Amino acid sequence: MRTTLPFLILAVLTLAGGVAAMTLRRLVHCALCLTVAFAGLAALYLNLGAEFAGLAQLLVYVGAIAILIVFAILLTRGGDDKAEPSFSPAGAAGVVLAAAVFAVLGWAIVTSGILHQAANPAAPPAPMRSIGLALMQRYVLPLEVIALMLTAAMIGAVILALREKRPQPEQDQRSAQ
Amino acid sequence: MNPLAACLLVSALLFAIGLAGALTRRSAILVLAGIELMLNAANLNFIGFWRFGPHPEELTGIIFVIFAIAVAAAEAAVGLALILAIYRHARTSDVSEITEMKG
Repeated sequence: MRTTLPFLILAVLTLAGGVAAMTLRRLVHCALCLTVAFAGLAALYLNLGAEFAGLAQLLVYVGAIAILIVFAILLTRGGDDKAEPSFSPAGAAGVVLAAAVFAVLGWAIVTSGILHQAANPAAPPAPMRSIGLALMQRYVLPLEVIALMLTAAMIGAVILALREKRPQPEQDQRSAQ
Repeated sequence: MNPLAACLLVSALLFAIGLAGALTRRSAILVLAGIELMLNAANLNFIGFWRFGPHPEELTGIIFVIFAIAVAAAEAAVGLALILAIYRHARTSDVSEITEMKG
């Protein structure tokens, strides 16, 4: 079994979206390209037969996180053009480090022998019913922990984003009088 | 090419892109976006190993990806709220200008 053409197209789309999201100057354009990368990943999951994960990715990332990032950019006035230097030694070091990480990962993949190994050709059935049963039976404790963590994260995000109170309003009133 | 190897290579490339963005960009929001890209690359690895691994009927890869997506959503919400709070305090979201914790 060989790599199919749709997989390659989706992979190129995803990687192009990721590169554009990390290199464009204006933050709003970055957020839109990031959305393209997330949508491409969701399509990759669907292409690989993981329908539930692909739809969850579409719902959570394209639907929620992309909107959240756009809101954060607009609320912090990040849409303004800034004089970001196009080249800096720290930036070059970061790119070199990322390239080194990719080289190590690629070396590990190429030398691990899976290039010539026959992959499991049969498309595995992953119906929603079996995923739901697994979530409700075998993985019910992690599911409850995740629910608790999401609640805590929601409350924490609301508290963090609340407007800070003035330090001492009584003193201000006294000085005004 | 073996489809599993293609999956892993795409995932490694996406991880490197996210790492480069998180290390080089100066906007805190884009640093967070780079971290999200790295998390997604790991998820693609899980899906690839589930799809082409020896025991796809176990569904472990899909369940792990679902939990990872939930954790990443919580992380993004809290991270963006932190960036908003820092912006309100320091009037900037540039990570190279936020140099002190006590404003």
